[in-house]
Amino acid sequence: MTQSQHEAIAAPSMVVERQRRAKQRRTLFYLALIAVGLVAPFLAYPVFLMKILCFALFACAFNLLLGYAGLLSFGHAAFLASGGYVTGYLLASYPGLTPELGIIAGTLSATLLGVLFGVLSIRRQGIYFAMVTLALAQLMFFVYIQAPFTGGEDGLHGVPRGELLGFINLSNNMAMYYFVFAIFLFGFALIQRTVNSPFGQVLKAIRENEPRAVSLGYNVDAYKLLAFVLSAAIAGLAGSTKTVVFQLASLTDAHWHMSGEVILMTLLGGVGTLLGPVMGASLVVSLQHLLAQSPLGNWVSVILGIIFVVCVLSFRSGIVGELAKMYRKNFK
Amino acid sequence: MMMIFGVPMAVLMGQLTLGLVNGAFYALLSLGLAVIFGLLKIVNFAHGAQYMLGAFAALLGFRYLGINYWLALILVPLVVGCFGMLMERFLLRRIAHLDHLYGLLLTFGLALIFEGTLVNIFGVSGARYSAPEALQGGMNLGFMFLPVYRGWVLVAALAMCFFTWFMIERTRLGAYLRAGTENSQLMQAFGVNVPLLITLTYGFGVGLAAFAGVLAAPLYPVSPTMGSSLLIVVFAVVVIGGMGSILGAIITGLSMGIIEGLTKVYYPEAANTVIFLVMILVLLLRPAGLFGKEA
Repeated sequence: MTQSQHEAIAAPSMVVERQRRAKQRRTLFYLALIAVGLVAPFLAYPVFLMKILCFALFACAFNLLLGYAGLLSFGHAAFLASGGYVTGYLLASYPGLTPELGIIAGTLSATLLGVLFGVLSIRRQGIYFAMVTLALAQLMFFVYIQAPFTGGEDGLHGVPRGELLGFINLSNNMAMYYFVFAIFLFGFALIQRTVNSPFGQVLKAIRENEPRAVSLGYNVDAYKLLAFVLSAAIAGLAGSTKTVVFQLASLTDAHWHMSGEVILMTLLGGVGTLLGPVMGASLVVSLQHLLAQSPLGNWVSVILGIIFVVCVLSFRSGIVGELAKMYRKNFK
Repeated sequence: MMMIFGVPMAVLMGQLTLGLVNGAFYALLSLGLAVIFGLLKIVNFAHGAQYMLGAFAALLGFRYLGINYWLALILVPLVVGCFGMLMERFLLRRIAHLDHLYGLLLTFGLALIFEGTLVNIFGVSGARYSAPEALQGGMNLGFMFLPVYRGWVLVAALAMCFFTWFMIERTRLGAYLRAGTENSQLMQAFGVNVPLLITLTYGFGVGLAAFAGVLAAPLYPVSPTMGSSLLIVVFAVVVIGGMGSILGAIITGLSMGIIEGLTKVYYPEAANTVIFLVMILVLLLRPAGLFGKEA
């Protein structure tokens, strides 16, 4: 509040200068992160990194909805899974199909599902919205168990990674990594662009005060639906990519636990921050990886539950949110 | 043998009873959710876990303390209900002033903890808990064979629903509860101890879930995951009925059970999904829910 008042009083040139420098800092920061992403596969196991990237994209998609439109979806697993299943089925049944086409098809199917779910679930608000999305995702879970193309309880195995654009062999983990990294950057940039666009501003207005947004003449339902569909599409993109990386699609992705996990990732990293979901996904995936090898392997869901409770009780801004608060307090 | 739409009468009636019994559980659980939601405004995601805790408490009480079924039916809801009150007092109350979605997330985390802990101790395969001697066996009603225990569950669940209705609509405490649901700040201004009322209400809702758990113990395998999948169906039932009225919760619960039972007979492939499909239909035709007041 006072910050903006100061800015209003300060000479315009100073404001412009400060904004320019902030923008410069942000650009440098993102470039540094991209550099880290480019070097990372030489320092860590690429498959592990790809898993992080896929879940980070998934969490970013979820955060677009919760963090910027204020809609808590408890059914995002459905989009992850449908992207995965469609991509997996197509790539496994049509050997000539290149992976990028498979991923596009998977993403489209998740988008379509997003339209259907969105139209139904935005008819209810708040807590009911969460319950409706959860129930719809559970419906899809049963559909995936019984549908002929999902492999039922076993899931789809041995999905070929194939050759990107017909000539880059993705069975090489390094090639696969950079492909996944490119997809992640695309998804992240799309979300970043959306959030900072006029559309994103209206979403935030709806999140803060829906009746006021209505009274200002915005078609709130259309905005919510578009945000929902966009979020579903990017979640589907994450699921499709994940299927190509791990060469399998299974019911784990469709289970409500998965919808809960993505909430946890976002909450832990910081709801409504761009980098929070990336941070949260990295932490949760790493934690699961570490625990799986330790004697505590069976306690993963209990530990996730404890983190959930701690986050809600005393760490609601998440890691990135808390860091941003500290930064604002000490450096401005 | 009489056939109805190509299905033997006995089979149809059998599935209908099964459906009614399931519906009784839907009714009990959605009633508990509605009572909690009314005053606390949170959706209790731990409701399924608390139902499961009820079944486990009955099982373990019998195994280690020799507590019989009838005693368990009274003791377990009290014990689990008190446990729920502790949860409310020390966890939920801390976030009561925040967006109600946090309540959903907190109870979700708690459900993960309960479920995961019991999975580690008891595994996922279910244990058996036998019904008391008096409720075993069946009755021949002429047109169908009714297992006594299922009949008892139906009677007990409906009695419990009636008891809840009576408590809320016909007692002083219930009047406080209804008033608090309308405007808890005003209630506090009138000198009612609202925090205590909230704790008691949560405890009562949890107790209802535990009561359902004890009733379910002899019917279904007692396993740590028995609550979570049931809860999602109950959520759909709640969306269909709306959380506005007690009678609405009971009617919706029972009728969804019947619809599920009928689907099992005529189109078994859709038996798992039919309630969700009904939910979609209701969302399209009457977004506020059948008995709901607000969207």
